[in-house]
Amino acid sequence: MSTSIILLIILIVGLAAYFSGRARAMASSNGKLSALHSLPGYHGVYVAIWSVLPAAVVLAVWLIASPFFVESALRASLPQEVTSQGAATTELTLGQVMSVANGLKLLNTDELAAVTNGSVNLRDALGAKGVPLAGDGELYMVKAAQDYNTMKENSRWAMSAVVLVIAIAGAVFALRGISAPFRARNRVERVMLGALLVASSIAILTTVGIIGSMLSEALRFFNSVSPSTFFFGTVWDPRFSAAGSGGTEGQFGLLPLLAGTLYIAFVAMLFAVPVGLFAAIYMSEYAKPVVRGIAKPLLEILAGIPTIVYGFFALITVGPFLRDISAQLNGLVTGNYVNFIQAQSVLTAGIVMGIMLIPFVSSLSDDIITQVPRSLRDGSLGLGATRSETIKKVVLPAALPGIVGALLLTASRAVGETMIVVLAAGVAARMQLNPFEAMTTVTVKIVNQLTGDLEFNSPQTLVAFALGITLFAITLCLNIYALYIVRKYREQYE
Amino acid sequence: MTDMTSSVQSAYVRPAQARRDIGIKRRYAAERRFRAYGVAAILTGLFFLFLLLWTVVSNGYTAFQQTAITLPIEFSEKIIDPKNERADNPAKLMTANYPLLVRDALVKALAIDPSNRALVKQATDMVSASARTQLRDIVIANPAVIGTTVDVALLAEGNIDSANKGQIDLKVAEANRKVKDQQLAWMKTLTETGAMAKQFNTGLFTYGASSRPEAAGIGVAALGSLYMMLIVLALALPIGVCASIYLEEFAPKNRLTDLIEVNINNLAAVPSIVYGLLGLSVFINFAGMPRSAALVGGLVLTLMTLPTIIIATRAALKAVPPSIRSAALGLGASKMQTIFHHVLPLAMPGVLTGTIIGLAHALGETAPLLLIGMVAFVVDFPGSPMEPSTALPVQIYMWANEAERAFVERTSGAIMVLLIFLVVMNLGAILLRRRFERRW
Amino acid sequence: MNMMSEAAVEKALDQKMNTAPYKMTGKDVSVYYGEKRALFDVNLNVRENTVTALIGPSGCGKSTFLRCLNRMNDTIDSCRVTGKIVLDEGDIYDPSIDVVELRARVGMVFQKPNPFPKSIYENVTYGPKIHGLARTKAEFDQIVEHSLQKAGLWNEVKDRLHESGTGLSGGQQQRLCIARAVAVSPEVILMDEPCSALDPIATAKVEELIHELRANYTIVIVTHSMQQAARVSQRTAMFHLGNLVEENDTDKMFTNPDDQRTQDYIMGRFG
Repeated sequence: MSTSIILLIILIVGLAAYFSGRARAMASSNGKLSALHSLPGYHGVYVAIWSVLPAAVVLAVWLIASPFFVESALRASLPQEVTSQGAATTELTLGQVMSVANGLKLLNTDELAAVTNGSVNLRDALGAKGVPLAGDGELYMVKAAQDYNTMKENSRWAMSAVVLVIAIAGAVFALRGISAPFRARNRVERVMLGALLVASSIAILTTVGIIGSMLSEALRFFNSVSPSTFFFGTVWDPRFSAAGSGGTEGQFGLLPLLAGTLYIAFVAMLFAVPVGLFAAIYMSEYAKPVVRGIAKPLLEILAGIPTIVYGFFALITVGPFLRDISAQLNGLVTGNYVNFIQAQSVLTAGIVMGIMLIPFVSSLSDDIITQVPRSLRDGSLGLGATRSETIKKVVLPAALPGIVGALLLTASRAVGETMIVVLAAGVAARMQLNPFEAMTTVTVKIVNQLTGDLEFNSPQTLVAFALGITLFAITLCLNIYALYIVRKYREQYE
Repeated sequence: MTDMTSSVQSAYVRPAQARRDIGIKRRYAAERRFRAYGVAAILTGLFFLFLLLWTVVSNGYTAFQQTAITLPIEFSEKIIDPKNERADNPAKLMTANYPLLVRDALVKALAIDPSNRALVKQATDMVSASARTQLRDIVIANPAVIGTTVDVALLAEGNIDSANKGQIDLKVAEANRKVKDQQLAWMKTLTETGAMAKQFNTGLFTYGASSRPEAAGIGVAALGSLYMMLIVLALALPIGVCASIYLEEFAPKNRLTDLIEVNINNLAAVPSIVYGLLGLSVFINFAGMPRSAALVGGLVLTLMTLPTIIIATRAALKAVPPSIRSAALGLGASKMQTIFHHVLPLAMPGVLTGTIIGLAHALGETAPLLLIGMVAFVVDFPGSPMEPSTALPVQIYMWANEAERAFVERTSGAIMVLLIFLVVMNLGAILLRRRFERRW
Repeated sequence: MNMMSEAAVEKALDQKMNTAPYKMTGKDVSVYYGEKRALFDVNLNVRENTVTALIGPSGCGKSTFLRCLNRMNDTIDSCRVTGKIVLDEGDIYDPSIDVVELRARVGMVFQKPNPFPKSIYENVTYGPKIHGLARTKAEFDQIVEHSLQKAGLWNEVKDRLHESGTGLSGGQQQRLCIARAVAVSPEVILMDEPCSALDPIATAKVEELIHELRANYTIVIVTHSMQQAARVSQRTAMFHLGNLVEENDTDKMFTNPDDQRTQDYIMGRFG
């Protein structure tokens, strides 16, 4: 029985349990609904929960745990001469046996018999069915594979039976408890509360998952590359990871990537902060409602445009424009029409990312500025200050902490931005200060190291997780500090 | 008495009326400057918005048209099935020499000497290589067509299509040009006879990945995106609503809930690529889910969208006044009933608005999908979320890396489609808010 | 002359006051918030060096009228003012009149104390600084001391001038706001229920202060407390539903008002 069929059966049992629970509650009320503590529906749900929930939990646990047991049994059944050759060989053989097991299912009885008695080459037989085998199969493998298949089959049947029994037993147990004064609603609500709790713990689990998974993969990376050469290395040259060629040692220096990341983010902020801040000030302090009603949503469109579109914009419009204009400028000044800005450069990526950040800066600051109480503005205006004086000397100083928080949040977004830099910043990892040249970022390298054919256990791919955890740590610090500031700021004016 | 009078008198003396110089002119100049900066900032933002949209639209509107060459194709039995075996072995039809049909039709239509190999090659280059499958499909669908002559609209090759749309600079020397003079001359004749014409590019919406621009479309990618959106909707909305209800209505105010609060706000600001790493490590390596599958993409995007939905939902729940709660509780409803019967329905517009905005965000997200292997060359429609698929923004990313002019056009076209989806979703959110927004 | 009780001096002052020249004159002042009309053709004169109290039930338009006097209503987008308000012979709504200059001459103190989140010193010097009334540190110091003394706050804060103004108590904050207004040396000071957020002791201090300020400034005060109006003002104007009901000497107003509605209001029949 496949898992989905089992699930379906559980659900049907649950549905039946619901109706029988309802009916029983009705019956025990003697036709007077008010005699029941809880509505019949709650009784039904109570019974259904008892039948579905334990069964589903057992099903899930079984599905997760059984492969481990079956695999360890298989491992134990491998001949001595294989296991004695070290872990790598064992794993390899294990994999082979499993693919043999998959292949055997495709053979008909005649072919199976031929394979089992060794009269047909295993590899050829399976190859004909479209199951490729890494090496020539050996006879013990067929035996092990057959055992493996049987174990899996048995486990599946046992699971189906157990789950079904649990479902029915749960329903029966719950049904017997139903009576008019039974507090079914409270029970059901407790389960609902549990479900709500589980849902909200997913947020925590996500963070735990992010940190845990990245940390464990990063640690594997640090097994082969020392943390100090990673964090303080100035050369990024990971080489390629070809399968089996463990000899090529790459260099994994984080610093050039970090430099590029921060440089591009800096250029982006340099562009976005004045524009966004002035836009926010104008919108919140000067603009008539009509203007604000049009300009604000229009600017916010910029925030809704996917970053891949910005990347394309950089690639097609901004990059070539900067390249051509620099060639023209150079030509006018020196007579030599050679561009000094590369199409992919810190400047290109910075400007385009800056455009993307404008709405972030402006809407965050707009929120912050409008939270400054009106009484402060009135106080200043009442003394005869002009609007700009009021803004510069009263509103902005009062809003400063909040704005700093908003800018930190924006900076965190700039550091973690991927698609724009992938298309606009280039892939050359170098440390230099010329904004007209290409530099690369942490995010670009994560993408580079993890796309394409990859062998997962090489440092070349694992480094992406070390980069990822670095990125996560940076943005986490920025976010938490920024959120803290903004929260303090909000409380001040609430 | 005199003293008193004088004190009274002195109280009457008006304060000095001499007009003080308070620098009005200078200060108003500063005021105007400051204002001008504000206007300039907004105009800068709007300028870039329009430049961006203009870039996309000006490059992309032509993608919705495709040049087709309509030729009378003679489905000659001699070429398709010279030995007449199709009754016994239908597979023969799969491998027949269909390009020859196209060549013959072209040679006839353009009156070329068939022995002039170079000329014939130039002519056949004008038709997309996808003509082979197109003709094959016609024959397999209806073998009776063999032996007849039918007008078939074949896709023009990408460069010819670009030339027909006037996107190729004809001033460039012929040797450096993708489209040769002879081909241009033919294009002219074909256009005059009506054989060559632009038609609506349905292929853009129905085809999958292809290395030939004229046969590349976003259909497959869009299906992948649809799967993912459905998964996100099915998971993120209920989980997000449940989590928000717990946090807003039940959670005790203590350090743990404080931590969850900070945690959720932080998750909303974690770079999306980190979610990609999470998906790769947990869903693919640990849980053994298939790479490139829409399922994994959907799960990753769900985790990414959850914080947005939770934040929006909590705000919506918070906005429901306590009086509603008291009223229901006062009637003897349990807390759970109060929330599910009264508070949640009232908060629903806010919840849905947040969900749509979260979905729109997820629809445009690219980076995490790159890491879980959705940068894949997927030609066929995925039958289920477990099969390899790609997504609309990822398709855009892959096309953006192609050099050909016809791909630039298609990239922009695909972006336009994506943006239209996003606009529709956001408008929906705005309308929802306008329609159901309640001010307490 | 020693025999002259303070009360007698006051009385003498008051009697003279009633004939003091007009500092500000409102003629047919109407105010609209969008479509809604909030003030109907108000004609009101404000005499020089007098405390004029505006009273009336809430929502009667007294604050609206007050805010017209230094055009604070300009900051509300939907607000429109018609009619004429004259300050020393000049219409303040004339296009040639500059709002900034006007507000430097007609200062304002608000209902809720609103010190800037800056030091006490900076709060007081803010006005003089933007208007360029002083240059050197010594001049600023002098203004600060003078204004704080006028506001009766000097002795309480002279040792902590560089601490934040928001750290003061409510009453002190309000007196700081008065000092801030005084520092600009305005001719008229408008006060919009300046004591409504204060406790009785702080209120008494502020009222005392208003008493003293009258010697040098023309003061218009909005208050919802009739006792306060009686205590601090020489002239009183009663507003009801956007109309000016009666304007009279305070003494007369509270003993023998001309208008029945004023009588009712003072008797507490509505409000």
